[in-house]
Amino acid sequence: MNWEVVIPLIIFLVIIFLIGFYASTHLKGTSNFLQEYFLGSRELGGFILAMTMISTYGSASSFIGGPGVAYTMGLGWVLLSMTQLATGYFVLSVLGKKFAIMARKIRAVTLIDFLKERYQSKSVVILSALSIIIFLFSAMAAQWVGGARLIESLTGLSYTGALFIFAVSVLVYVIIGGFRAVAITDTVQGIVMFSGTLVILIGTIIAGGGVENIITTLSTENPDLISPFGADRSLTPLYVSSFWILVGVGVVGLPQVAVRAMSYKSSKGMHRALIIGTVVVGVIMLGMHLTGVFARAVLPGIEVGDTVMPRIALEVLPSWLAGIVLAAPMAAIMSTVDSLLLLVSSAIVKDVYLNYVKPDASDQTIKRFSVSVTAVLGVLVFAMAVNPPDLLIWLNLFSFGGLEAAFIWPVVMGLYWKQGNASGAMASILVGVGSYIGFNTFMPNAFGMHTVVLPVLLSFLSYVSVSLMTVRKHAEVQQEVVLRLWKA
Amino acid sequence: MKQHEKTLKDDPRYRIANREALIGVVLVIINFILWYGFAYGFGSKPVDEYSYVFGLPAWFFYSCILGTVIVLTLVVFAVVFLFKEVPFDEEDEQ
Repeated sequence: MNWEVVIPLIIFLVIIFLIGFYASTHLKGTSNFLQEYFLGSRELGGFILAMTMISTYGSASSFIGGPGVAYTMGLGWVLLSMTQLATGYFVLSVLGKKFAIMARKIRAVTLIDFLKERYQSKSVVILSALSIIIFLFSAMAAQWVGGARLIESLTGLSYTGALFIFAVSVLVYVIIGGFRAVAITDTVQGIVMFSGTLVILIGTIIAGGGVENIITTLSTENPDLISPFGADRSLTPLYVSSFWILVGVGVVGLPQVAVRAMSYKSSKGMHRALIIGTVVVGVIMLGMHLTGVFARAVLPGIEVGDTVMPRIALEVLPSWLAGIVLAAPMAAIMSTVDSLLLLVSSAIVKDVYLNYVKPDASDQTIKRFSVSVTAVLGVLVFAMAVNPPDLLIWLNLFSFGGLEAAFIWPVVMGLYWKQGNASGAMASILVGVGSYIGFNTFMPNAFGMHTVVLPVLLSFLSYVSVSLMTVRKHAEVQQEVVLRLWKA
Repeated sequence: MKQHEKTLKDDPRYRIANREALIGVVLVIINFILWYGFAYGFGSKPVDEYSYVFGLPAWFFYSCILGTVIVLTLVVFAVVFLFKEVPFDEEDEQ
């Protein structure tokens, strides 16, 4: 075991635990357990809001998978990854104040609380809760596998042992600290990700003998490595542009991101988060993917993309520094997983149990039930990740785009279009998820665009047309909804 | 618009919220144009005809680095000069 690499990782884990204990003191003192556990009592300031959004969104793929592809494809893949810059400002400005104000009017704690009040429909609630539970559960399991593989490769522990360490670390601080612990640890993890990115990028540039030198080496190997079209010229402008939907504007529809847009304290905090978030996401996406490309000039001939990051860090940095930098992907994975864990728990506890099973549960019961649901979920994910079943891998493929296609219009149109109604939302969710799975199976990357594009368009059309067709059916309910959500 | 909706006014804070959402959309469009224009405007010719800025191919420098800096500046500008603060906590949370 390489102790110089492992010690920074252990220190990182200890800090994360301490934050969990700190946050648990808030949880003990709170008068409203649900708001505190699932939303941190809406007290996030600007910096923490920005960091928790970015690090929840930035996952294993930003630090391991993405740079690995950039290594193979060249600068064209960095261009593609820069479509994510929009997530820094778009989500907060579009959901922004409207969502925060409406959520407070109806005291929503989860995304589904909002949908429930907005559409007044049991089927919309059940269907959305199910999509969140199924898709995010599988997304979460996939991230755990990534986290465990990373620990395995850095420490030489067995896969199951590594998975155990990872699972226990995440579960402990989420269970004892809830959303507040998740948001504060996300912030620490975000800082680790940000500084790790800068260190590894600078280290790689120095090891490669400067930018000019690296670019010359790359273009001698294959000129297309420095073109926007990718090493094999497969990145067409249309395909690359379609990522603006998947990872740029479509992120508005991801429940784990959207729920953060109602967790902040004041509009001042939101303004700061907009600026900080854009800077941080810009630096991380540019830095990590550029490092992946530059690594090719320093360490040519790596076959497995996922090993590029760990290998380049160990190659160009002193081991103790490599340990700190490699805490970054670890942080990215943990900060995604913790939010998903809490979100799936909230879907089960708040959206299903409290809405339909036992609406009159006492605070004590809710408390015990929430904590045990989170714990049981953790154990289930662990069991799944030890030996991932095929179904899980299949579901994970759809989780990102599927959730976007399902939720983007019910959320965005629900906020800005008074005529949108329950039938429209149902149609939009069903068409979105259905056509996403359909296109993925039978016609992937249809017409040269990423698969997510057409389902997002189709679900928009269904939302609008079905809402317009059923105006009469929902007239009375709509009037009440408008009165509650829109009027001063 | 239906008549009965006009009897009660919309929450005045929503005007600000709607305007800021539009600003977000405009920012994305500007972001996209800069990103696309620079990348494929400078990058579509054969690689041996590329010019370079700070050692990087010009298309990449303008699209991914300068473009990012411009968008950042616009975001800061929009937030400082166009976004308005609104109170959130007039209602009791408990």
